[in-house]
Amino acid sequence: MSIHRTLRNIFFTAIIVLLSGCDTVVMSPSGDIAAQQANLIVWATILMLIVVVPVIALTLLFAWRYRSSNKDATYSPDWDHSTSLELVIWAAPLAIIIALGALTWVSTHQLDPYRPLDRISEGKPVPEGVEPLIVEVVAMDWKWLFFYPEQGIAVVNQLAAPVDRPIKFKITSTTMMNSFYIPALAGQIYAMGGMETQLHAVINEVGSYDGFSANYSGEGFSHMRFKFLGMREENFDEWVAKVKAEGDELSRPVYKVLEQPSEKNPVHYYSSVAPELYDAILNRCVDAGSVCMKDWMSPHHKNHDSSANPKARHEGHHEL
Amino acid sequence: MSHSTALPAAPDSFDFLVREEHHVANGTLLGFWLYLMSDCLIFAALFATYSVLSQSYAGGPTGAELFDLPLVALNTSFLLFSSITYGFAMLQMQQGKLKGTMIWLAITGIFGAAFLGLELFEFYHLIHEGATPQRSAYWSAFFTLVGTHGLHVTFGIIWLITLLVQLRKHGLTVPNRRRLFCLSMFWHFLDVVWIGVFTIVYLMGSMS
Amino acid sequence: MSEQFELSKLIFGRLSWESIPLHDPILLATFIVVVIGGGALVGALTYYKVWGYLWREWITSIDHKRIGVMYMILGIVMLLRGFADAIMMRIHQAMAFGDATGYLPPHHYDQIFTAHGVIMIFFVAMPFVVGLMNYIVPLQIGARDVAFPFLNNLSFWMTAAGAGLVMASLFIGEFAKSGWLAYPPLTGILQSPGVGVDYYIWSLQIAGVGTLLSGINFVVTIVKMRAPGMTMMKMPVFVWTALCTNILIVAAFPVLTAVMTLLSLDRYLGMNFFTNDLGGNAMMYVNLIWIWGHPEVYILILPIFGVFSEIVSTYSGKRLFGYSSMVYATLVITILSYLVWLHHFFTMGSGATVNSFFGITTMIISIPTGAKIFNWLFTMYRGRIVFDVPMLWTVGFMITFVVGGMTGVLLAVPPADFVLHNSLFLIAHFHNVIIGGVVFGTFAAITYWYPKVTGYKLDPFWGKASFWCWFIGFYLAFMPLYLLGFMGVTRRMSHFDDPSIQIWFQIALGGAVLIGIGIACFLIQLYVSYKKRDSLRDETGDPWNGRTLEWSTSSPPPQYNFAFTPRVYDNDAWWQMKANGFVRPSTGFMPIHMPKNTAAGIVVAGISAVFGFAMIWHMWLLGGLSFAALLIAIIVHTFNYKRDYYIPVEEVEKVEAEFEAKRNEVLA
Repeated sequence: MSIHRTLRNIFFTAIIVLLSGCDTVVMSPSGDIAAQQANLIVWATILMLIVVVPVIALTLLFAWRYRSSNKDATYSPDWDHSTSLELVIWAAPLAIIIALGALTWVSTHQLDPYRPLDRISEGKPVPEGVEPLIVEVVAMDWKWLFFYPEQGIAVVNQLAAPVDRPIKFKITSTTMMNSFYIPALAGQIYAMGGMETQLHAVINEVGSYDGFSANYSGEGFSHMRFKFLGMREENFDEWVAKVKAEGDELSRPVYKVLEQPSEKNPVHYYSSVAPELYDAILNRCVDAGSVCMKDWMSPHHKNHDSSANPKARHEGHHEL
Repeated sequence: MSHSTALPAAPDSFDFLVREEHHVANGTLLGFWLYLMSDCLIFAALFATYSVLSQSYAGGPTGAELFDLPLVALNTSFLLFSSITYGFAMLQMQQGKLKGTMIWLAITGIFGAAFLGLELFEFYHLIHEGATPQRSAYWSAFFTLVGTHGLHVTFGIIWLITLLVQLRKHGLTVPNRRRLFCLSMFWHFLDVVWIGVFTIVYLMGSMS
Repeated sequence: MSEQFELSKLIFGRLSWESIPLHDPILLATFIVVVIGGGALVGALTYYKVWGYLWREWITSIDHKRIGVMYMILGIVMLLRGFADAIMMRIHQAMAFGDATGYLPPHHYDQIFTAHGVIMIFFVAMPFVVGLMNYIVPLQIGARDVAFPFLNNLSFWMTAAGAGLVMASLFIGEFAKSGWLAYPPLTGILQSPGVGVDYYIWSLQIAGVGTLLSGINFVVTIVKMRAPGMTMMKMPVFVWTALCTNILIVAAFPVLTAVMTLLSLDRYLGMNFFTNDLGGNAMMYVNLIWIWGHPEVYILILPIFGVFSEIVSTYSGKRLFGYSSMVYATLVITILSYLVWLHHFFTMGSGATVNSFFGITTMIISIPTGAKIFNWLFTMYRGRIVFDVPMLWTVGFMITFVVGGMTGVLLAVPPADFVLHNSLFLIAHFHNVIIGGVVFGTFAAITYWYPKVTGYKLDPFWGKASFWCWFIGFYLAFMPLYLLGFMGVTRRMSHFDDPSIQIWFQIALGGAVLIGIGIACFLIQLYVSYKKRDSLRDETGDPWNGRTLEWSTSSPPPQYNFAFTPRVYDNDAWWQMKANGFVRPSTGFMPIHMPKNTAAGIVVAGISAVFGFAMIWHMWLLGGLSFAALLIAIIVHTFNYKRDYYIPVEEVEKVEAEFEAKRNEVLA
């Protein structure tokens, strides 16, 4: 029984477990953005393995070869420096990081969630004249509310979109910080009160996918889940018609009730929505008589900056 | 770079040991300076917070509307003078004059107290005008930044009084000189921070 | 009637009998066990009349060695609590599928994962790291104590007071249900009106003061108190890493203090720093806490890098390869650790340029870290490696840590982070580096320096058993979590719908149980070694053929560490002394100037804990009184001018002669 062998076995088990991860939703998603993200993971991992595998192999090799019982191995107790070796030691990781850094810079800009899509999948650019479907997402305690401004409908805990059409999500929250995440579609982004984040994505395959909050937000967090339905264009229209037919009216008073904390909410359809409701949620002025955040600024400031309040224009926030 | 520095040809035990008593340098001033730097970082965090929230009036009063610059300028001069008088105290200390040290220290303390008094008056006035710390994020940041500085001055005065008692009791001993030096650094540090507060909060706040 | 009510509010705040969780069987059982166990301990201490000894020799001690040991004991005790939380979470998550809700209601489960994180970072990893530095740094630089021995004692008791408050939250009230970094608005007064977040705030504030003071203390100690001849580039690597860690502490903990203060102002005075309304900005909290939080992980890992450097070189019987490269790598990591904090929240919606900047700075840290790994590797190369238990931990660390480093760099690629952030992949990653790094390193260090501390070695059999349980247990517990991360499973879930992933949680539970056995083996090891201490005794002071100055003293070292201050020519000072046939002088001793013990540390820390407790429960009267008492206690302490004494030369002679006699007996 040798330490060496046990260590090796454990290492290979680890690799196998990691590789078997390739069947998972993150590594084999159904949306183009998530697919590119999965590719990036594979490439970054391969790049790093160039250093990691030799390090692990050398560790085991040296541990074995220079064990004290092996009197055949060279022993040089005062050897503590080698300029050429030091150069390799620093240069090898540096080279990998330069490559990985370049990959990071390009892919981060390419896959910026704020960036409108220019393709719907590999080799298929967005056709001329196709506008993204706009969905306004509100993370609530503890459920999701989706507004479809073009269709004039809203849905609790269910999201649908036609395949191969870009979607633009505008995301906010009523209270807690949540994270809007549909692994099969695209990476996540935080949902925060009084501000709006954005996500551009596209779903390429018909199906029903899991969506949820990926940022702990209190007691009901675990059940803050919904189904995301990728549909053919015509099925999506049918779905909209169904929401319109079966849904209730989402007036401001109804919304105030919905806003109360609740858990495990069933899917609920709203066929019509009070005007500017999403905007009021974003600007924290659903209550009658409250002043919207975007109207806080003095008139002097408003002339300079007509586009809502500075917090809602979240993008520039860290670019200080 | 193996065995470097020259070792005696035939070393004996005391080449590896210090035969006489080894006096370690006193690190109090370095330590206190490090503390001041860490305190400086607390202020840095508060200044950063203030800057982020500098427009977040939430529809409430703005700084520019309420600041009374002449009053704050007067207050600033109190604190600057107190730094000068502390300097006089240190000069007296270096000449070994206990009484002079204590008199200048006391004057420093009085200036500090006057500064605090005016600051509290200013706070009272602001709150009276509706600019409470709860009114908006801006005023939360304002009161916290300025108030933290004020709390430091308060503790500085408590320390100063303690030190006066200790000076009376023990005179200008080595530990007391060291303490006077530390308090001196603390007091000047508060002055420097206040210059930042005056510039960033009051001057720049009044301009925007 | 109402006056009476007001009075009780003034005295007891919001504390009432309802705050004691008698209705919760798990807590009640724990409470009973703690009462019986604690009672037995107190009874035993009283029966054997050791209270006086404890008070004189330990509680009021300003000896850095004693304080170091107390830190380690605090770390071990809190490790048991933190691990209990871990295993409860693992059991719950392995159960709570489909219709099964598990055995913990969400409000209890949420407290457990919060407490687990807070305890493991602040009250396990930190005490371990600070305790190691306390014990080893003065010995390695040839000093008799730290620069500010009283502050050192105070630092320890402040840390212990913080830990005490966290423990109190178990039986009085509740702990935060917020995750270990307590992001608002969830932790705002509207969403979390209870005492949990206040326990969090005050325990961190009080412990944070202790950590900050000890950071200042060690920077001054290392800068000012090195033995003559020990230039910066002749300091042992552990001292270098300790220096960098303490610089990080001084430069990072004030930010934590500031951000906790802002959060408490929101909660106590209704201010609006992080609220949703009236202009507050929760993103500011997230930025500030990570400006502290990221350096914090390097505060934990850097000294451990130092530990491994010492161990690799000692057990390979070789000088450390690339000393200066090691030092520069440490410095680069120290500086870079301030430029990466945003990688903890790429998903908050910063622009692509900002995200890639922070992603790339994060990756750059892997270059010096990689260089360190290579340096250890080439220290082993052409060595004569003795596989004692510390070396096992070291090899285990090197293999495990590179995997953790790799997944860390992967998370630093923003688009990859978008899919892996907050998933169990992230959990697996940071446990991979913290267990594989900090925990393995701590156990290596404990085994390595144990004979120095106690005078006898640890039993190797139970040490090996503990290592293999931890090592295999770690992989079993966390490899499934990597996989679950790829399945899009999020952290902090108290319930799952998909039954197909249950098997992975069950495997992870198996791993956690194995780790538990590893902890048990470690405790058994302590006991067995104590029983067999005569056969494991080390009289030479240098059981491993060490290289640095701590091995030149007796085991355990005398109170004054060194009768003569060493003079240093080489970074392996003791190795060089041995190589040149160093003989201990038997005459020429002098009286030794030492600081006196003081009760001021525990008094100030005790009052701080009372103050914290009063603030948590809104007991304004007690809060005011204890704050005044705190001020008075500190002022009174400054009136104590007689803080030192001399150890008479006869005593020094006697101690040194005894050591020499025993040593010669063994060597003969």
